[in-house]
Amino acid sequence: MTGTPRGVSPEMHLEVTMLFEEYGRLLDADSLEEWTTLFVPDCRYEIMSRENIEQNLPLSLMLCDSRDMLDDRVYSLREANVFNIHYDCHIIGPVRVTPQGDGWTATAAYSLFQSIQAGETRLFSVGRYHAELRRVDTVLRIVRMRVVVDTGAILTLLATPI
Amino acid sequence: MTAPAGADALSRYTFPAADCSRIPYGMYRDPDVFELEQERIFRGPIWNYLALEAEIPDPGDYRLIAVGDTPVIVNRARDGSLHALVNRCSHRGAEVQRNLHGNTKVHTCCYHQWSFDLTGKLIGVPFQKGIKGVGGLPADFDKVCHNLQRLRVETMNGAIFGTFCDETPPLEDYLGPVFSHQVRRLFHKPVRVLGYQRQRIFGNWKLYTDNLRDPNHGGLLHMFQITFGIARLSGTGGARVDADGKHNLSWASQGGRTTHEDSAEGGYAGTDRGDMNIKLKDPSLLRYHKEFPDDLTLAVTSLFANAALQQIGNTLAVRQLRPRSADEFEIVSTFFGYEDDDEAMTRHRLRKANLAGPAGLVSMEDGEAVELVHRAIVRDMDKHSIVEFGGRGPVVDQENLISDVPMRGFWIYYCKLMGIRAGETA
Repeated sequence: MTGTPRGVSPEMHLEVTMLFEEYGRLLDADSLEEWTTLFVPDCRYEIMSRENIEQNLPLSLMLCDSRDMLDDRVYSLREANVFNIHYDCHIIGPVRVTPQGDGWTATAAYSLFQSIQAGETRLFSVGRYHAELRRVDTVLRIVRMRVVVDTGAILTLLATPI
Repeated sequence: MTAPAGADALSRYTFPAADCSRIPYGMYRDPDVFELEQERIFRGPIWNYLALEAEIPDPGDYRLIAVGDTPVIVNRARDGSLHALVNRCSHRGAEVQRNLHGNTKVHTCCYHQWSFDLTGKLIGVPFQKGIKGVGGLPADFDKVCHNLQRLRVETMNGAIFGTFCDETPPLEDYLGPVFSHQVRRLFHKPVRVLGYQRQRIFGNWKLYTDNLRDPNHGGLLHMFQITFGIARLSGTGGARVDADGKHNLSWASQGGRTTHEDSAEGGYAGTDRGDMNIKLKDPSLLRYHKEFPDDLTLAVTSLFANAALQQIGNTLAVRQLRPRSADEFEIVSTFFGYEDDDEAMTRHRLRKANLAGPAGLVSMEDGEAVELVHRAIVRDMDKHSIVEFGGRGPVVDQENLISDVPMRGFWIYYCKLMGIRAGETA
């Protein structure tokens, strides 16, 4: 088999799936500094509520329009911000990959569970990833990641990226 | 006449000081107190912030909100007039309007299809007379007596306020000169809504109104500005209150940038706040484009009891507090710019929105702080929290940020409305 109905090879599909796996794994491991290296320098990362998108309103919950800004966000979490102590667990669903220009778009649903130190878990957020990917040298990188949260009523606060 | 639900709850707690420098924990945890607040605060003689006219610009536009824990429709009628209606069918008590927002000619309850016009008037009852004389409502049923419950509405520069109470003074008097000015300052020209943010906090709503009236925590809990050298507690800032002390403006001005004299060696000695000389890779986030005639770079206005108007640099928003129970509330923030913003300014505001809201670099901590308090005060409800920064006694304007005096102003007014005599031992 050389392709799928969307013109994406199984190898490509697997590569994107592995990128999403890595994305979730790094967030769950609190390896945020490494997580930002999945993005290109002129990336855009944003978390938006479904409520705003459906009304064509541009406001995000979190918006970083460069790697520098993404790094600052992570740095601030490490050095400045106080937030609820928690562990994240991302469950990322099957990825749908579509070629676009010289790259690809990829979407996947996610569930994000948050647990506290004492071992209680809550479903913190569900939604979808909408990614634009590009190959830089030989490595697949994130150009743009829009996280659309169905859980627009943020529970307590939103510190760590989704 | 029977006493309102929860009235006896007040006898369980004492405010040992008339200046409200001690607040009994029970006021934050007791469900009976919450019940009483719905009647005496949110349906009492206060103006609740409802929505912005810019959210419902056209006839027929509506949005669902809440006043206290009561579901409310805010809409614009065919003649352009604004109305706030309790979203509860006069028939069986169902939510009449189920869509969060939209445009409609009538609000029709899906349960039995009773319909109400945009002023809340009951205009349609299917099968009111039955079929061929069989069934239907009794002949003496009078539709006029079964409209949706209405709130009285007033607006100021496009901000819509509502009250359940006939005795509430005119909005301008309720806000007083200082806070009328703050509303007009923020809404000095037509606004454009940029979007919404919602935050669900598992704590009592008054821990949030306290937090809004506590400039002292800003430079101690919210360390983004401190860490990246943007502001210090010793900077130029303060708090203003109205004659009752019920509203509060926490402000800081552009001159608030200070040197490091107050860093780890000074006021921050004894804290674990470390290096305060870190630079952002992309400092453009901190840029401020002056847009008000005054020098305020931070102006957070808390209006008794459910609203905060927010200017954090160029990040503008109005926050509506929606209590859900003694143990939970929602904050719905409406972010906006102005109609005449150019594309660059809109982009700037959208980036600056990173500073505020549930994920805000300078605000995310509030959710955690409220929950920390709420969890720990579960027991010993007649013990008290301390409100003494800036001193005891009268509630007056503060010319510094090391103060939580405005918090006492809130509580003195709260006690007045609730019928609590602070400072009198039971």
